[in-house]
Amino acid sequence: MKIFQWFAAVLSVLAATSLTQAMAKPAIIYDLAGKFDKSYNESAFSGAEAWKAKSGSDYREIELQSQAQREQALRRLAGAGNNPVVMTGFAFQTSLSAVAPEFPDTKFVIIDSVVDEPNVRSVIFKEHEGSFLVGYLAGLTTKTDVVGFVGGMDIPLIRRFACGYVQGVKAANPDSKVIQNMTGNEPSAWNDPVKGGELTKAQIAAGADVVYHAAGGTGVGVLQAAADAGIYGIGVDANQNYIHPGSVLTSMIKRVDLIVEESFTVGPDIPSGVFALGLAEDGVGYALDDYNKDLISGASKDKVAEVRQQVIAGDLMVHNYTDDDNCPVN
Amino acid sequence: MDFVTAVQTLDSMMRLSTPLIFACLAGLFSERAGIFDIGLEGKMLASAFFSAAVAALTDSVLLGLIAGLTASMALALVHGVASITFRGNQLISGVAINFFASGMTALIGQNLFKIGGRTPSLGDKGRFLPIDLPFSETLANIPLVGPLYSELISGHTVLVYFSIPTVILSWWILFHTRFGLRLRAVGENPEAVDTAGLSVSAHRYQAVLICGLLCGLAGAYLSTGMAAGFIRDMTAGKGFIALAALIFAKWRPGFALIACLLFGLLEAVAIRFQNIEIAMVGTIPLQLMQALPYILTVIILAGFIGKAIPPKAGGIPYFKER
Repeated sequence: MKIFQWFAAVLSVLAATSLTQAMAKPAIIYDLAGKFDKSYNESAFSGAEAWKAKSGSDYREIELQSQAQREQALRRLAGAGNNPVVMTGFAFQTSLSAVAPEFPDTKFVIIDSVVDEPNVRSVIFKEHEGSFLVGYLAGLTTKTDVVGFVGGMDIPLIRRFACGYVQGVKAANPDSKVIQNMTGNEPSAWNDPVKGGELTKAQIAAGADVVYHAAGGTGVGVLQAAADAGIYGIGVDANQNYIHPGSVLTSMIKRVDLIVEESFTVGPDIPSGVFALGLAEDGVGYALDDYNKDLISGASKDKVAEVRQQVIAGDLMVHNYTDDDNCPVN
Repeated sequence: MDFVTAVQTLDSMMRLSTPLIFACLAGLFSERAGIFDIGLEGKMLASAFFSAAVAALTDSVLLGLIAGLTASMALALVHGVASITFRGNQLISGVAINFFASGMTALIGQNLFKIGGRTPSLGDKGRFLPIDLPFSETLANIPLVGPLYSELISGHTVLVYFSIPTVILSWWILFHTRFGLRLRAVGENPEAVDTAGLSVSAHRYQAVLICGLLCGLAGAYLSTGMAAGFIRDMTAGKGFIALAALIFAKWRPGFALIACLLFGLLEAVAIRFQNIEIAMVGTIPLQLMQALPYILTVIILAGFIGKAIPPKAGGIPYFKER
């Protein structure tokens, strides 16, 4: 009998410790494009890894394989006591709205979308401001006065990238023309480099000499086609300058990594609410490193820095497409 | 639309049609011999992966091509064993191959390269580069003929130049050789072939292997000709479009070429002109353009443009005796 009591005691202690360990473990869910999309999700992954390296603790992760897994993944992580649960991507909006009330003690962090629940932290980026800067650079760089934009799936978020970009191009170079294309209307539009390459070739044929992509994995094809044709591509989300050194003009970076690292570091106590990060908060910006330092002249750099200050100070208003589902320039 | 834009659109059509042409011919050989194959997609994907992976590892596009062809033919053999030797359901075997290829390519890719199931970007030696035909520079300035030659005909990868001769060769083999006659007979009336003392299984296996070879070319072209590397599920439904083209062409090689070129043209137009204005009608939505290949196939299947009659013994395993 005694041995049973002893055994039960050990078991309960074990259960308690494993429970608290699970409680402390943060978790992240990557969207369909996959953890290594060289872009958005990879940026989130590097944030999580940075936290792991600093804190020495571990986290849980799920890479989605299909649309149907969203709610299931959220419930599994929250149900297992993971806290906070971070997810990358606007596509989680409806799933999270359903799941968040079921787990009032768990903090959820959603990037790129707003879910109005007391235990959700919604982080959105002012992509129009970042895109404005790279558009400004494209406007300064183009020799043909034609630049291109290739979007992934045709959704308001990507139109926001496009609209900010066009405004930037026109601000630097009012006579220039921007060719805009979207890859498709389904999630597969994030993963179609062949079509991305074709779209880019079409834009190059129409005279474009700088092409900016906001298209996830499809963008790999955009940057490749740009490099093959000897024109400039512009990367997105993560710093993609290294992919084709010398032919990626710059990258519009979205600090998804910082959001993930911050959420993991603060843990379950992270405040809920809506947070919009723009140039002022260094949430977006353009990448400058060894790979593209020869492509951007000192004068251009100064001009972009000046424009950046104007946007931060509010002297220059960059229109946000999703405010009124409309873009003032084309 | 001016002349140069039209030529560029046709140029893009050639690039986009090539994988469809190879895959469609692959389906043609298999289905003409009585083996339905909805696993074209999976075989293309496997070939796309292995050609890109081996090209990335060895920096040789030819070794990559060989690896891709081998992978595709191996899967074709699996389909053959399942549907010829074991007389299984050909549709189920095809679906299984599609799922298997989609999962295995990502898994092996992730293990080899650790970048999410994709391969690294291929360098110039690892992919098929565009070939500039002689005089394309000098002739470019001649009106009419110049752009046609230097844009449309010159500057494609070697696999694009292979596509149309392959169509002619397939037509010749199927309709003008003894082997072709027997192959078609196996798909129409295997009992007759058997009575003549020929092996139904052997002919079906040969057809399935040719199918694998052609799917392999299509896949290798996708990852080492059009793109420079493999990405998960990069075939994006092209195997199914090729099947649609095959039905559209009513299982004939010449019409298959036309159907594939038409579907390629639709895609090229959709890419170049995302908003098409037509007088009196208004703007045609992009979604309609993208759905057109499928709509056309449904119209064919509904019998509006004539009946598409598949090979008579298609999909039916052959039993020598019960």
